[in-house]
Amino acid sequence: MEEYNSTKYKWRIRKSNIAVMFAVLSALLVLIPLFLILFYTVQQGISSINWDFFTQMPKPVGETGGGMANALVGSAILVLLGSALGIPVGVMSGIYLSEESDSFLPKSIRFLVEVLNGTPSIVIGIVAYITFVVPMKSFSALSGGIALGIIMIPLITRTTEEMVRLVPSTVREASFGLGIPKWKTTLHVILPAAMKGMLTGIILSIARAAGETAPLLFTALGNRFWSTNLDQPIASITVFIYDYAKAPFDDWNRQAWAASLVLIVFVTTLNVIFKIISRKRK
Amino acid sequence: MNSLTKTETIEKTTKPELKEKMSVKYLCAYFGDVQALSTVSMSIYKKRVLAIIGPSGCGKSTFIRCLNRMHEVVGGEYVGEIKLDDVDIKKFNSVILRRKVGMVFQKPNPFPTMSVFDNVVAGLKLNGFRNKSKLKEIAEDCLKKVALWDEVKDSLNKAGTSLSGGQQQRLCIARTIAVEPEVILMDEPASALDPISTAKIEELIFDLRKNYTIVIVTHNMQQAARVSDFTAFLYMGKLVEYNKTKKLFISPTEKRTEDYIAGRFG
Repeated sequence: MEEYNSTKYKWRIRKSNIAVMFAVLSALLVLIPLFLILFYTVQQGISSINWDFFTQMPKPVGETGGGMANALVGSAILVLLGSALGIPVGVMSGIYLSEESDSFLPKSIRFLVEVLNGTPSIVIGIVAYITFVVPMKSFSALSGGIALGIIMIPLITRTTEEMVRLVPSTVREASFGLGIPKWKTTLHVILPAAMKGMLTGIILSIARAAGETAPLLFTALGNRFWSTNLDQPIASITVFIYDYAKAPFDDWNRQAWAASLVLIVFVTTLNVIFKIISRKRK
Repeated sequence: MNSLTKTETIEKTTKPELKEKMSVKYLCAYFGDVQALSTVSMSIYKKRVLAIIGPSGCGKSTFIRCLNRMHEVVGGEYVGEIKLDDVDIKKFNSVILRRKVGMVFQKPNPFPTMSVFDNVVAGLKLNGFRNKSKLKEIAEDCLKKVALWDEVKDSLNKAGTSLSGGQQQRLCIARTIAVEPEVILMDEPASALDPISTAKIEELIFDLRKNYTIVIVTHNMQQAARVSDFTAFLYMGKLVEYNKTKKLFISPTEKRTEDYIAGRFG
């Protein structure tokens, strides 16, 4: 008993308390930028958010009001295009990587997917510019969608692979043991078991793609007019924010804040959906 | 004790001729460079229960996983000859073979996303059998055979994983017999279960052998003595002794068998 009351032991407790205090402070520090972001976007942006903002086109310079209907639709089109490329390629490559684990090809693909995941999005934008925009001789929604798709692929591949791997091998063996062929096992037994996890990966990758600006600057470019043509430049929320934030007009700046708020709410909503899905898994 | 007397009565009533269902000759199994089994030969008789006993790592599981070529799923290989009804199992497509030689695993492994009902008929459904009323009939029949029907008939749509461990294992056996295999391999089917569930599984094995050839791997020698007609003792990848269960347990010919069943090693 005596040694527990010794000064040495008390000093240990004090050290522990100091360490815990720093850990808690750091955790709180993490929250500060988040609250600042939320505070400023709401404070600056909320006044410009009204029905017109979602339904009107941008007004010419000098006129107040107007909205970003074209950017909302443009972002939706770009994310859809990106998903059309990223989801099937990501899911299928993820399944391949999880089923064939140890030979040379999957190992090298897995490594390259990591590299692609770490590639700055602006580089992906430049590559999309050189391979699609230059030959097509036009900025286009299509090239922007492809750039977003390329950003989504490694995210989806990784989560799909991990989630398929999480399905216990005993489940796979049970299926083989019943004389169920491998492809049916993967499609009807393994994939349903991994589905929720895969969905969360897909949702997160959509949130990521919706928030990308850099790869769109060289590809989709942005457009002040209504356009849903895939071979023409198209507006997007992020490029709208970029253009409006650097413009020398107060009204435009306020609209950039409002668009930021819309984007944050959208991405947060996707994250909440992700949380709900992953909680249901347990 | 009860089941021992039962063994005797069944032995008397089902005496009919011994027919070879599967034969294993000079089986050597490998995992890469590691040899798990060497020159194991034995007969597996039709509608009899064969128990494989032996200490951990002696190759019991590898042996039965060779019988339905599950061994190759985990990257293993074997040489030697395994025949099912006089046909080399390497001549079968592995998928077809596994429909004839079904398997029950150590840990209950119902399909996690499927209901009780879908688990039972999974093998049929996924192989293209879609007649709904027939599926219902089969599911009820199989669940009755494994004595699970009364416990789950009102919760067929519940998740298979919501059942208790013992129920899950009986569900897995129902799932296996639903595809009408000729041989059922059981890899320590009761080792993850409590005594009551174990007793139920053993009773079930007893009933099943009227229609199926069963090979069961077990750590539990009393279990082997209770449920099997023949017993094979494997040690360090080799077959030490193979005989009628009674003979092997009462008067083993090999010293090592005697030592093992007396609990002197293993």
